[in-house]
Amino acid sequence: MSAKSRKQSNQSSVIELRADSFTLPVLKLSTTAIGAIIEQLNEKVDQAPEFFRNAPLVLDIFLIADDDPPIKLESLVNKIQAVDLTPVGIRGGSQSLNDVAQSIGLAVLSESRPAQKAIEKETQDTSESVKQEQKQEQGLATEVGSSAMIITQPVRSGQRIYAKNCDLVILATVSAGAELIADGNIHIYGTLRGRALAGVGGNTDSRIFCQDLQAELVSISGQYQISEGIDDSLQGKPVQVYLSDDSLLIDDL
Amino acid sequence: MARIIVVTSGKGGVGKTTTAASIAMGLAQKGHRTAVIDFDVGLRNLDLLMGCERRVVYDFVNVINNEAKINQALIRDKRCNALYVLPASQTRDKDALTTDGVGRVLDELSEEFEYVVCDSPAGIERGATLAMYYADDAIVVTNPEISSVRDSDRMLGILSSKSRRAENNEDPIKEHLLLTRYSPERVNLGDMLSVDDVQEILSLNLLGVIPESKSVLNASNAGAPIIMDQESDAGQAYMDVVCRYLGEDVPHRFIELQKKGLLGRLFGG
Repeated sequence: MSAKSRKQSNQSSVIELRADSFTLPVLKLSTTAIGAIIEQLNEKVDQAPEFFRNAPLVLDIFLIADDDPPIKLESLVNKIQAVDLTPVGIRGGSQSLNDVAQSIGLAVLSESRPAQKAIEKETQDTSESVKQEQKQEQGLATEVGSSAMIITQPVRSGQRIYAKNCDLVILATVSAGAELIADGNIHIYGTLRGRALAGVGGNTDSRIFCQDLQAELVSISGQYQISEGIDDSLQGKPVQVYLSDDSLLIDDL
Repeated sequence: MARIIVVTSGKGGVGKTTTAASIAMGLAQKGHRTAVIDFDVGLRNLDLLMGCERRVVYDFVNVINNEAKINQALIRDKRCNALYVLPASQTRDKDALTTDGVGRVLDELSEEFEYVVCDSPAGIERGATLAMYYADDAIVVTNPEISSVRDSDRMLGILSSKSRRAENNEDPIKEHLLLTRYSPERVNLGDMLSVDDVQEILSLNLLGVIPESKSVLNASNAGAPIIMDQESDAGQAYMDVVCRYLGEDVPHRFIELQKKGLLGRLFGG
């Protein structure tokens, strides 16, 4: 007895139990017909197989939880695993369905009312990222959305603004030492004294427009020019900056 | 509840402590109970400019660490009894300041004072960010010179993002520009940035322009805030600033070159 307790007190902690958060794709079901589920699931997976391979999946059965006859969970899970997806949990189920889930090793995850909306959004996000994945696989640049990030306050020195997947519009001055970064175009309705980098995601059609060019550096999709390299005749006036055959050009507006 | 004013700049040596001392004295002279705090831990000099360096027993860090009560650390000014000075520690460094500690001290001061002026150290590190964290008003002191203007611009960016008001999405800190060491002669010669040049880069509400003045050094040596010397141009300019801050409409002086008449040139300096 004493030997055992001595051994335990000498052993330092080999485990650590902490909370962490993960974003998981959720498969929302509106039918108990497993055949139809798997057929449509296959279509989605085929759009971007790499994205889905071995992905952990949460099954949301809220809409079919009260259906009679209840869905055959074990059979569904086996078929999902057969297409290289890994169901890890279930949510929105009834007591009996939760029991079945636990018996086959799925976790029962909680949901709340707002989760319904979150579910819609997640499926949307997944399909959008699937489209992007698809485009990237075909070697095209990141698709840029139509909305723009609009800034109305002066951008001060040291501040960095990043417009992800959209255009950036500044309705004020951009101070020296500030950085504007956008996947899309950059429009400055004021003086540009800092740096502007457009098309950072690879969109070579992006342009920079400004009313008064005094920039430290301008760049389109990696091709850049510093202040010293910009002709004096173009400084201090409305210009646009764009790429033509991999060359950075600056023209009067 | 007190109005908390931070006097900041980013750049060093532009006139923050000079300004903090004068503005605090000016507010107190107008009858408002005012406390002025030195946030430059380890490099304190507000006590020198206020002339109370020989009366420092406890300091800001002592109060934060509960080693002294705030009333033990506050030094009442001998010339104006509505004005109190909370000096910085000289032996510690800025790590001794904590956000909660500073907040506690400011809360305590807010109960007794109408205005709390925070003299920020130079830079954008802990001392400077803590000095402006709880501020309601910010006086950004700038010299009409390119590095000072850029540093002030950087500080403005930090004011709009790292203050408590910014973090809690409240109304932003009210920013004011104070241009110091201004010389109309050099501006006319084209050597120095003009008020308009600075405004074009910073776009801020102009609180005042303090002319370059030899009297500032004398005031510093005497341990009396320059605003007390109403014969000097800088002192008068600071008085204008205090009036303007309190809402009076005072026209800006000392921006245009003063043309000296014959008598002025004969007898003037």
